[in-house]
Amino acid sequence: MGKMKTLRDTGLMFRRSMQHTLRNPIWVFLNLFQPLLYLFLFMPLLKSLGGVPGLPAGKTVQVFIPGLLVMLALFGSAFVGFGLVDEIRTGVIERFLVTPAHRSAILLGRLLKDVVVLLVQCILITVCALPFGLGVNLGGFLLSLLLYALIAIAMASMSYAFALIFKSEDTLASTLNTIALPVSLLSGIMLPLALAPLWLRDLAKINPFSYAVTASRALFAGNIHNGDVIKGFIIVVLLALVTFWWAIRSLKKMAA
Amino acid sequence: MSNSIIETKKLRKSFITKAKGKKQLVEAVKGIDLEIGKGEIFGFLGPNGAGKSTTQKMLATLLLPSAGEARINSYDLCTQQQDIRRCIGYVSQSGGTDSLSTGLENLVLQARLYGLDEVTATKRALEFIDRFQMSSFAERRALSYSGGQRRRLDLALGMIHHPDVLLLDEPTVGLDPQSRAYLWKEIRHLRDEGITVLLTTHYLDEADKLCDTIAIIDNGEIVASGAPTQLKDDIGADSLVFGFASEQTARQAQALLAEKSPAEKTQAEDHFLHLRLSQGEQVLPALLRLLDTRHLPVQSISLAKPSLDDVFLKHTGRSLREDHVHG
Repeated sequence: MGKMKTLRDTGLMFRRSMQHTLRNPIWVFLNLFQPLLYLFLFMPLLKSLGGVPGLPAGKTVQVFIPGLLVMLALFGSAFVGFGLVDEIRTGVIERFLVTPAHRSAILLGRLLKDVVVLLVQCILITVCALPFGLGVNLGGFLLSLLLYALIAIAMASMSYAFALIFKSEDTLASTLNTIALPVSLLSGIMLPLALAPLWLRDLAKINPFSYAVTASRALFAGNIHNGDVIKGFIIVVLLALVTFWWAIRSLKKMAA
Repeated sequence: MSNSIIETKKLRKSFITKAKGKKQLVEAVKGIDLEIGKGEIFGFLGPNGAGKSTTQKMLATLLLPSAGEARINSYDLCTQQQDIRRCIGYVSQSGGTDSLSTGLENLVLQARLYGLDEVTATKRALEFIDRFQMSSFAERRALSYSGGQRRRLDLALGMIHHPDVLLLDEPTVGLDPQSRAYLWKEIRHLRDEGITVLLTTHYLDEADKLCDTIAIIDNGEIVASGAPTQLKDDIGADSLVFGFASEQTARQAQALLAEKSPAEKTQAEDHFLHLRLSQGEQVLPALLRLLDTRHLPVQSISLAKPSLDDVFLKHTGRSLREDHVHG
């Protein structure tokens, strides 16, 4: 009964969020603009670097795209909290909290929408990268989509938690930017960390998303049964669980 | 006791705020006792920051009380929140309309969150669109609505599940007179259907004309409560002024009425006669007849009742009207 109700309420909330997105699909594509710029204007630079550690000659696209997709998952989801701040201010969230709707459904519905949007974007980028010689292992690709979905859940939950705590766009923006930049620099998204000096590689070890990038590359290479993949998944699942719990807690705390 | 649908005992709410690094305990609501009967329009009257909205948010299950008890429909506020949520509707000051969705979508989703299936929810939504005359704009997204249209949708959202109790936070703030009148009419209509309405307001006329019972709240405490007319009567007498053709007539009238009327005080000044008496509007016709039979024709009349502002002034030492002007 309780679980069914959560599912039903989540579905209702998902439909509402999805309607908003579909009514204004321009945002789905605007979010794609940056990764596409990287694909067309940055990736060619890497070609001549081929042969350095971690970037085999002629296979730069194979290294770059899995990292780019992680970046899309990170940044595409990091700023979803802005929409929530707006709905907190206009009383929409409060209105939902007064109904008997399940608390977690209010956030789960949004998260589900964030995941769907991200997966569509990931598939579009991958298709765009095929002419550049990207090799795709289907099983690996499907698993990597799951990985990106989990990253999106973790980042979006964090964004929602901050939104619920700060309730202000300004504070949210500076907090998210402060977190997002070091996270992306220390994850080997643009260039493999194999290129980095030892101290930087050690520093990257405390960044959970660096494991996700490693796992993503392994999956694109078709190395599904790989220790890096398992490690990447475990870390991202844990992160998603913790951040989601945190977001729900913040929602309940808002009403206390 | 058992007739009351909302009952609170020593309901309190305090917040911990940080100011200049120091933690400070702010008592927003300091022990509120309420007994609100079924089908009543009950108003919280008080300035901004008095604790009206905080009390209402507690009753709406949005804030947990720090201490005290409260029951709505005999459900306990602290332990039976889900039951309470099913029988109350709450419309916050900001309303809570999802402006990216249409009015119809807003209503259908709201009904579904209360457990209705899609078909019943749509039917219910259409009923409310009809009732609140929203059909001309219900298919448009709410961001294009005027203040009055949006308020109607807000109210419909709060009522879509047929609640027993409706909590309205400052329902008419910022509305044009026409929308305001419309909303008052709807709220009275709700009372006639047996729905209990608990609203907050800082408008004196709203508390006076719309509410059956009011509680004047200041600094987190109820300083006076009762029917608006009763509260005003407690203040004392009405002020009645007759104007006559001459000073002499006024003096003759004074001599007559000092003896033959229930006036507490009579005072002639120029060609005017000032009387202090209670329930002036009921006594007035008899006084007029009396003056007429003694050939003391009245040329002008003014009758002033004590206002709720006088009541507020008496209990708090401040005028609510001033407070209103300053924000």
